[in-house]
Amino acid sequence: MTAVGNYFKIGPARLFVHLAVLLIVIIWLIPTLGIFVSALRDKDQIVVSGWWTAFVGSTQTVAVRLGTPDQQKQEGANYVITGNVLEGQTGRSVKAFGNRVQQPAAFEAGETADLGDGESLQINSDGSYRYMKNTAFSPDERPRRIYASVSAPPEFTLQNYKTVLTGEGIGQSFINSLTVTIPATIIPILIAAFAAYALSWMEFPGRALLIALVVGLIVVPLQMSLIPLLRLYNEIGNMLGQPSKTYPGIWFAHTAFGMPLAIFLLRAYIAGLPKEIIESARVDGASDFEIFVRIVLPLSFPALASFAIFQFLWVWNDLLVAMVFLGTDQDHLVLTGRLNALLGSRGGNWEILTASAFVTIVVPLLVFFGLQRYLVRGLLAGSVKGG
Amino acid sequence: MLSQIVSALGVVVVAVFACSAYFYFSNKILDLALPVSDGDVRAASRNLNRRAVIRPWLFLGPALFLLFVYLVYPVVATFILSFYDRSGLQFVGLANYKWAIGDREFRQSIFNNILWLAVVPAACTFFGLVIAVMTDRIWWGNIAKSIVFMPMAISFVGASVIWKFIYEYRGGNDVQIGLLNAIVQLFGGTPEVWISVPFWNNFFLMVILIWIQTGFAMVILSAALRGIPEETIEAAVIDGANGWQIFWRIMVPQVWGTIAVVWTTITILVLKVFDIVLTMTNGQWQTMVLANLMFDWMFRGGGDSGRSAVIAIIIMLAVTPIMIWNVRRANRELKGH
Repeated sequence: MTAVGNYFKIGPARLFVHLAVLLIVIIWLIPTLGIFVSALRDKDQIVVSGWWTAFVGSTQTVAVRLGTPDQQKQEGANYVITGNVLEGQTGRSVKAFGNRVQQPAAFEAGETADLGDGESLQINSDGSYRYMKNTAFSPDERPRRIYASVSAPPEFTLQNYKTVLTGEGIGQSFINSLTVTIPATIIPILIAAFAAYALSWMEFPGRALLIALVVGLIVVPLQMSLIPLLRLYNEIGNMLGQPSKTYPGIWFAHTAFGMPLAIFLLRAYIAGLPKEIIESARVDGASDFEIFVRIVLPLSFPALASFAIFQFLWVWNDLLVAMVFLGTDQDHLVLTGRLNALLGSRGGNWEILTASAFVTIVVPLLVFFGLQRYLVRGLLAGSVKGG
Repeated sequence: MLSQIVSALGVVVVAVFACSAYFYFSNKILDLALPVSDGDVRAASRNLNRRAVIRPWLFLGPALFLLFVYLVYPVVATFILSFYDRSGLQFVGLANYKWAIGDREFRQSIFNNILWLAVVPAACTFFGLVIAVMTDRIWWGNIAKSIVFMPMAISFVGASVIWKFIYEYRGGNDVQIGLLNAIVQLFGGTPEVWISVPFWNNFFLMVILIWIQTGFAMVILSAALRGIPEETIEAAVIDGANGWQIFWRIMVPQVWGTIAVVWTTITILVLKVFDIVLTMTNGQWQTMVLANLMFDWMFRGGGDSGRSAVIAIIIMLAVTPIMIWNVRRANRELKGH
């Protein structure tokens, strides 16, 4: 327990802290919960009721047509059409019904409604109805349209995921994202680790200047690089007769943009390794390459892991670099780009959007919760001295 | 689908292998070219020295190449392009800068950027600090921290979808399926199309970034808070300070350096923010920010490299003081080693 903790043990402040943190946690969780729940709901239900009602079931107003006049049967002086408005739907029940759209729930289920002109209608909660008239229904009468408010139990489905993975190109984009992300995570680590070692343990002129350059470049906005690089890519593409938007192109871009931070973080760690180990290896005649591969690399595993997670999340979640260097055509669209495109084309289809959003965030969330410990360590290495 | 996965895996393996091969073979070649094992001691020691001169650059080579091609050269090239016309061929002097100053959309972007810079870093740091202080003293604090930290893993586009759903508006008498409008309605208010309310819509977009970044501030500030010596707080307690006073007078001053780091990091992020505005409004309804305006001009009407370069330079200028401060801080730390 920390010192501050001891203070807060005294007094009634504790209950307040618990409640405040609980409130914060709820606020932070609810947005994600919303899309998670919605993605599992039936698409018709998403648009008629808030996702927070998903657990208690929903009530929706549906329009149904009653049976046709040829189904009528004579009962004494009256003619009756019977049937069921919930035909083929299990688990639902009728709460109320009405014959006008303005008053879709004018009558309780089970009540007999007088519709005028000698007509009456009774709908029971199981959906069965009796539509009665004191004269025969004329054969050219159109089947009557009525409204019923139907309550459905909470139901969840994986249909939305099936739809987006097969129909909306999300599956293809998932693979594109992986193709971009994996090399763009591994390559910068290798390159940055070698550079960090050189900047920590090798003597050469201009070392301090290079370190300052790296630190300065951390904050250079990505936007600066876009136009000149796009031109460069186009020229090289023309020269080689190749398209300018390629996977290697985007790997290099991500590698380079992640490089200053990678060198900075890894250098802080590698420079802090015990001097004795590296010097005794030198005395034993090991070359710098051997020292790096055999000693420094294994010892730096925690730092490498934390940067890897960082870079992975960054590349996976990137939209700008992918839009500029990989393009926005169907075959190359990464997940973030696809989601952005869907927001434009499927703006109102929340079943598509929520399921797609969940697919795009599931991988980073898994990485995040699986390796959170390393991620935090990496964050602290760069920001807090001795953290 | 399977063939795509296989070919994707293939390129991944080749790419990683090529990179490892560079380091392995370049060092191998250096060792072979400058041998040290034969009888001649003088030649051996001379080769050893030469190796020591060359090898750092083998190690640094790829990193330096990437840094220069992707970051240093573009800064220079963008600066030069900002004095040229839309195609980048005709020198036009300061015309693009003049255009920027006179352009209504540009001024709107600057105004919005200042709003973002004023609100987001402050809000993230403040909430991060408060949450860090509170979660550090309850037994389930780590679970709470994980949940607040979680949005860090979510892409800005994903977060935009999440929040767009919260801000969703249904017209007429329809049931509101967006949480915010549902709450407003519950308390008797009138539902609104939040992201198109001028001026205030900026804040609705900022909420998304605050939601994402507070966890980052919290983690780092929480580590700093743990470093506060126990005695100072105990002394304050004995002197009869209340929780408020301890927080503002003891804790905040002690982690001031870390607060500055967090604030700066988020400030840089805010200047680069692009995805949220693109996906939520695409700059409509007066929400344009510099990064989006620049992207817009890069491709608007086939692309105007001069004007977009000017906007990039403005972003760069805004970052420069932070860059200088960063380098100075790093130098101080290096000397302290």
